[in-house]
Amino acid sequence: MRRGLAALPWAVACAMLAYAFITGGYFVTIMSFAMIYAVFIIGLNVFMGFAGQVSFGHNAFAALSGYTSAVLTATYYWEPLAAFAVGLGLALLVALVVGWPTLRLKGHYLAMATLAIGLIVYEIAIQWQSVTQGYMGISGIAPLGIGGYEIVSERGKLFALMVFVLLAAFAAARLRASRFGRALAAIAGSEDAARALGINVPHYKLAAFLVSAAYAALAGSLFVHVVEFVSPEVFGLHMVVLAFTMLYVGGIGTIGGPILGAVIVSLLPEVFRGLKDYQDLFYGAGLILLLIYAPKGLAGLGNLMSRGGKA
Amino acid sequence: MTLLSLQGVTRRFGGLVAVDAIDLEVAQGGVTAVIGPNGAGKTTLFNMISGFQTPNAGRIMFAGQDITARPPEEIAASGLIRTFQLVQLFQNLSVLENIQVGCHLHTKGGVLSALMRTGSTRQTEREVESRALELLDFVGLEGAAEAEATALAYGQQRLLEIARALAAKPKLLLLDEPAAGLSADESKRLSAAIRAIAGRGTTVLLIEHDMKLVMNTADTIAVLDFGRKIAEGPPATVRENPAVIAAYLGVGDA
Repeated sequence: MRRGLAALPWAVACAMLAYAFITGGYFVTIMSFAMIYAVFIIGLNVFMGFAGQVSFGHNAFAALSGYTSAVLTATYYWEPLAAFAVGLGLALLVALVVGWPTLRLKGHYLAMATLAIGLIVYEIAIQWQSVTQGYMGISGIAPLGIGGYEIVSERGKLFALMVFVLLAAFAAARLRASRFGRALAAIAGSEDAARALGINVPHYKLAAFLVSAAYAALAGSLFVHVVEFVSPEVFGLHMVVLAFTMLYVGGIGTIGGPILGAVIVSLLPEVFRGLKDYQDLFYGAGLILLLIYAPKGLAGLGNLMSRGGKA
Repeated sequence: MTLLSLQGVTRRFGGLVAVDAIDLEVAQGGVTAVIGPNGAGKTTLFNMISGFQTPNAGRIMFAGQDITARPPEEIAASGLIRTFQLVQLFQNLSVLENIQVGCHLHTKGGVLSALMRTGSTRQTEREVESRALELLDFVGLEGAAEAEATALAYGQQRLLEIARALAAKPKLLLLDEPAAGLSADESKRLSAAIRAIAGRGTTVLLIEHDMKLVMNTADTIAVLDFGRKIAEGPPATVRENPAVIAAYLGVGDA
């Protein structure tokens, strides 16, 4: 029973990805977006789940890298990989400049500072029209590809994105099961106790911030190459809200949770579409029930039953 | 040889002098206890030694270095490791992983080594794990390695916190009221564990309310009252000291 419950979300997620490959079309697009979000959230989870911090601003790093990829490939005809290298560098540089002073702050201050950086980058994307073309957005971005080989089919893109997600999750799992990952978990558990054991707390928070910014940058660049279009709205505040929903639904702090959350939350609007006007109501109620009865998210459903039995 | 030495260490909170010009010497080896009634300034003293609070005056020397007002992580790196009055375990980690965090100072490796996981990283991980298991065995928690830290009984959580501190290979181990909340039986086992730690060559400095534990465990006792040191010496002498009796029983002018 318990194992069955734990496997259920995985079964649904795998079935949906398989279904996308079979049917193609619109459903492939939904799953592709889910995979891009999964990369983003796997990274966000390093900072929020492993290290126990809060950021409302990681959309900024996705936007920085995404726009860099867009401008360099669409306007200057760069290779996607070279453009991403520049975008990643820029995102990390900004993360370093923002993170270095703010990560010495605790709790709310840090969250507010990250919110500000998200809003600032969004405004720049709108106002700097000579480069970003404002609300119009940039089209004609090179498709996902490397060294002249381009992935043009929707199914091919989805497959490539799934490979990225697996690699991203694999890297996160390695980070978690290391000296670095334990130091982050220690900070999440008790900063005082971590310091008393010699852990340099600001240093590790900054490292986690940079790692998660790198994931966000990758997600941003993947998005523009998959959709071949970008506008400020893509990386707006709604990205933060959706990412938070996915992270908490899937299971914050777990390895598989971000993937589950990304796939399942992406499906919810489709599931509730038939309810028309009541769609948002059921969507909201479903999320609240899940957070009450499965605080560790879908990835923690198996443990939920065992805990109930033990208490 | 003196391992830790405090000279005129003072801490004020507004008009209140919590710790008033304390001098204290902790010799290398053995167990030293700081006792005193509630509000005597024991915890403030500990916080200053471990870097969590800054003294207003005075100097703290540890292993030949001036550690006054240095940050906690630097003091920890110099070999002075503390535990907390309210157990501060890492709830999101298993019992074994909690102890592995204690090995932080004696290992290396950040993001890159975690991602690459080379042969030497794996070797270090194996050493860290075997050391953690050994310490788990030392405090008698060998069966609980994979349990969640918070699933342990309170007394076991205390022992786990001590094992975690030992993983950092301290020259001096500071225990902040380790017997608080323990049963008489658990307290007796704790006393044996502290003697065993001292027996392995780690100097121990503890703050404690539990007089029985202190009398049975400590080689030297310093008594604080209202931020001042009122007595110091071996348990037998301190027990007979009129100022100490007055402070604890509240009779006469201390």
